[in-house]
Amino acid sequence: MTYDLIVVGGGPAGLAAALKASEEGLENILIIERDYMLGGILNQCIHNGFGLHKFKEELTGPEYSQKYIEKLKDSSIEVITETMVMKVTEDREVHVLNEKDGFRVLKAKSIILAMGCRERTRGAINIAGGRPAGVFTAGTAQRFINLEGYLPGKEVVILGSGDIGLIMARRMTLEGAKVKGVFELMPYSNGLTRNIVQCLEDYDIPLKLSHTILSVHGKERLEGVTVAKVDENLKPIEGTQEYIKCDTLLLSVGLIPENELSNVCGIEMDRRTKGPIVTESRETTKSGIFACGNVLHVHDLVDYVSEEAEIAAKGAMEYIKNGKSESGYTLTKAGQGITYVVPQKIKKCESEDKIKMYMRVDKVYSDAKIKVYSNGNEIFSKSFERLMPGEMASLNLNMKNIQECDTEEIVFEVEVL
Amino acid sequence: MYDVSIIGAGVVGCAIARELAKYDIKVCVVEKDGDVSNGTSKANSGIVHGGYDSAPNTLKAKLCVKGNEMFKQLDNELKFGFKKCGSYVLGFDENDHKEILKLYEKGTENKVRNISVVEKEFILANEPNVNPDVHSALFCGSAGIISPFEFTIALAENAADNGVEFILETPVTGIEKTEEGYKIKSNDKEILTKYVINSAGLFSDKIAKMAGMNNFEITPRKGEYLLFDKEIGSMAKSVLFQTPKEGSKGILVTPTIHGNLMVGPNATYVDDKEDLDTTKSGLAEVGENAKKTMPELDMSKIITQYAGLRSSMESYDFIIEETEKGFVNLIGIDSPGLTSSPAIALYVKDILLDSGMELKEKVNFISHRTPYIRMDRMSNEEINELIEQDKSFGKIVCRCESISEGEILDVLRRSIPVNSVDGIKRRARVTSGRCQGGFCTPRVMEIMSRELKMDMLDINKGNKGSYILADKTKTPKGGKM
Ligand SMILES: Cc1cc2nc3c(=O)[nH]c(=O)nc-3n(C[C@H](O)[C@H](O)[C@H](O)COP(=O)(O)OP(=O)(O)OC[C@H]3O[C@@H](n4cnc5c(N)ncnc54)[C@H](O)[C@@H]3O)c2cc1C
Ligand SMILES: Cc1cc2nc3c(=O)[nH]c(=O)nc-3n(C[C@H](O)[C@H](O)[C@H](O)COP(=O)(O)OP(=O)(O)OC[C@H]3O[C@@H](n4cnc5c(N)ncnc54)[C@H](O)[C@@H]3O)c2cc1C
Repeated sequence: MTYDLIVVGGGPAGLAAALKASEEGLENILIIERDYMLGGILNQCIHNGFGLHKFKEELTGPEYSQKYIEKLKDSSIEVITETMVMKVTEDREVHVLNEKDGFRVLKAKSIILAMGCRERTRGAINIAGGRPAGVFTAGTAQRFINLEGYLPGKEVVILGSGDIGLIMARRMTLEGAKVKGVFELMPYSNGLTRNIVQCLEDYDIPLKLSHTILSVHGKERLEGVTVAKVDENLKPIEGTQEYIKCDTLLLSVGLIPENELSNVCGIEMDRRTKGPIVTESRETTKSGIFACGNVLHVHDLVDYVSEEAEIAAKGAMEYIKNGKSESGYTLTKAGQGITYVVPQKIKKCESEDKIKMYMRVDKVYSDAKIKVYSNGNEIFSKSFERLMPGEMASLNLNMKNIQECDTEEIVFEVEVL
Repeated sequence: MYDVSIIGAGVVGCAIARELAKYDIKVCVVEKDGDVSNGTSKANSGIVHGGYDSAPNTLKAKLCVKGNEMFKQLDNELKFGFKKCGSYVLGFDENDHKEILKLYEKGTENKVRNISVVEKEFILANEPNVNPDVHSALFCGSAGIISPFEFTIALAENAADNGVEFILETPVTGIEKTEEGYKIKSNDKEILTKYVINSAGLFSDKIAKMAGMNNFEITPRKGEYLLFDKEIGSMAKSVLFQTPKEGSKGILVTPTIHGNLMVGPNATYVDDKEDLDTTKSGLAEVGENAKKTMPELDMSKIITQYAGLRSSMESYDFIIEETEKGFVNLIGIDSPGLTSSPAIALYVKDILLDSGMELKEKVNFISHRTPYIRMDRMSNEEINELIEQDKSFGKIVCRCESISEGEILDVLRRSIPVNSVDGIKRRARVTSGRCQGGFCTPRVMEIMSRELKMDMLDINKGNKGSYILADKTKTPKGGKM
């Protein structure tokens, strides 16, 4: 049998995509998840703060995903868990492995990739020193505490002020650990403002901006770290080294989309997002294969993940109905001040009148505009009180404007007022 | 009373143990750490050297060339994984070229097989990612790569399968001469033995001192490495050395047996024999020098870094001798010690024979070891057969490298006991992929806890004291905050 749609990954992106497709009338849908439960990374996010945009209420991670999982029960969507997708081919074959059925090859008319992301590790950021126990990524520590019921350590230093790091600072404190500080390389935090207030300030945990960890010490278990201030080129400043005793170092230094399957499939990647290059319907460079959620680009709010998943679901259905699109594309480019833009290309004949664009900026801006240019002419502009790298910015482009100028490329730029 | 007690379960000690396991004698290996291959033998370049750069007529030259020739057969028997991928010593100008010609001559004198001097075109045709400024190279077709710890573990397991006892977590603290041989002392143990073989690596000078032999002095010399993601593992197909310059061997770029790319090592003298810290400057030096060999190397693909310590001595050559009756010292076994280890074992066996030991071959020696089950080397049909027999092979634990629970259980059920996460890592590769254990460490610990009946809080990363979890949480498991 050939499925209409196979969704790889049962996190919020995969769930929302499958449900949307089902609601719109698609029949044979399969979700494949490697974990024993659905919900993805949300299962370990037991703090509040999910769903403010989508459901207008503050939910925990599991509560947010539960809303979708409940709806699954009333749908005809097939779900298999504890099943690893080993490979996706460009002919839309999905190779899977599990205990029950061993190795199998499944076929689909369309595929949505929703594998999420993983955390950057100590190795990836090249911290020197020993290799003792006690160095964790923040997400691993979160998993140990929230899902397994174990505390990784008692005297904690956190490197990186991304949201997971901030949330873990509070979580470890509530569990009785002493958090000695959160150290951030950049002169600003990458976390949401509300998390800085609620997770650090409320607990008197110092946030040291423009700081880094030079070295970790200890042979068996971590004994301490050496931190130092950095200059504007992010180079450590001589003489500012400080030794901090600790038994645990948590790293919250960024997330990387998990695109091993996409790479093997031959899907073209965007160097900036580290995710696939997609059209406005989230179709990758392999026709009939779509991507959404953190596998496409790292989202800070799950609400946008769900939103994007629905776009991908519609795209998949459109593909099943009409096949490969022969339309030309307008490319979207990150210009001055913008680090990336998703989607990377827009079908010229797109029939929707609004196209939602997501992007990130390279540093903190106050009172700025994001402007969109075609051949040097401004075709759109939106004002922001504040723009920061940690918070994704979005804007709705008028399809009419793009179609009118019939250009090969539009450029997004930040302009300070 | 043992006939032979080997101190140190590095590659040298384990190779000797496996060799002596062929004979009807009582042998033990005494190791201070909780696992075999936890010293220099776990952190080195993993190259099976050709043997062209060792000074002619030294033990290093002889044992390296001989050791190299033994690897194919050893891999047939022990299945640790050996790839004869060849090596190049790259030269970038006329001076380098002169050095390369000298190496060629040395290699010929050392009777190294399959070496030749090759030109730029040949190099770039075979290694397209090498710096196009390359001038010429010494190619050595007999060089290869192994995983040094899997090789050491394979030797140890096969020795144990044949009756050699491994006495782990037992640091030797004193040695006394007795009537019949020696008494080896550790914290709470005494081991009586006719012969002592001192293969304690960096600490072999100390062990010799314990027995009153004071004229050895080892200075540790650190080498640091960067390991890259498999994604760029195929950038090098062979081992790529640079031309040695005034004592420095230069940084090498090599594929690993598991398909990663590795670069290193630098060389820095240090004071402390346990100083395995990587340094910012050292890692930077390694990265920069590697770019000379491969300018396109992408530093954002680094997944981890580590350091190893060489046993440097003032004298050049390995010291392998029965210094006093019944006491065999192996001191200063630095590079190419890994390559030489199987030949060193034969050499030590001959020393024992010369010393009057009677070695009668065992009739029931098991020469072959069942390799670890590796699903990534199996066809889909084979995988299905495996899962048919045992469901745990269908349960993927390590997501980066697709390693199943069954593969972890397999390594836990071997003749050398494993009780640390790093021990499992070295055998089954879990936690060694790009996420470096972020996802799978909790799962691996659960399996250990269940299989080895260990409390989660008692599970260590490596040696004693390297605990991973500090306590239970206040909020009950799965609770809401
Ligand atoms: C640690 C952490 C904390 C966060 N905290 C917040 C927060 O406080 N508030 C907020 O709004 N957002 C938060 N986010 C962001 C938000 O939760 C994520 O953006 C969202 O969960 C992403 O959804 P996803 O479905 O794309 O990915 P995931 O939730 O990661 O789901 C991906 C799923 O795919 C499965 N999968 C991957 N590969 C395979 C394969 N080969 N075969 C089968 N299955 C596979 C995975 O097991 C997983 O279940 C956080 C994210 C992280 C990582
Ligand atoms: C940076 C670097 C790169 C190298 N690259 C290569 C290469 O590519 N090819 C090659 O052929 N060679 C290479 N070598 C050399 C090779 O790694 C060594 O020669 C070899 O590993 C030495 O093995 P060993 O068994 O003597 O020492 P070790 O592996 O150090 O083993 C000694 C053991 O003795 C134990 N021990 C110490 N003190 C005591 C005590 N008191 N009681 C009980 N046990 C004790 C230790 O715990 C240890 O397990 C390299 C070395 C280094 C450092």
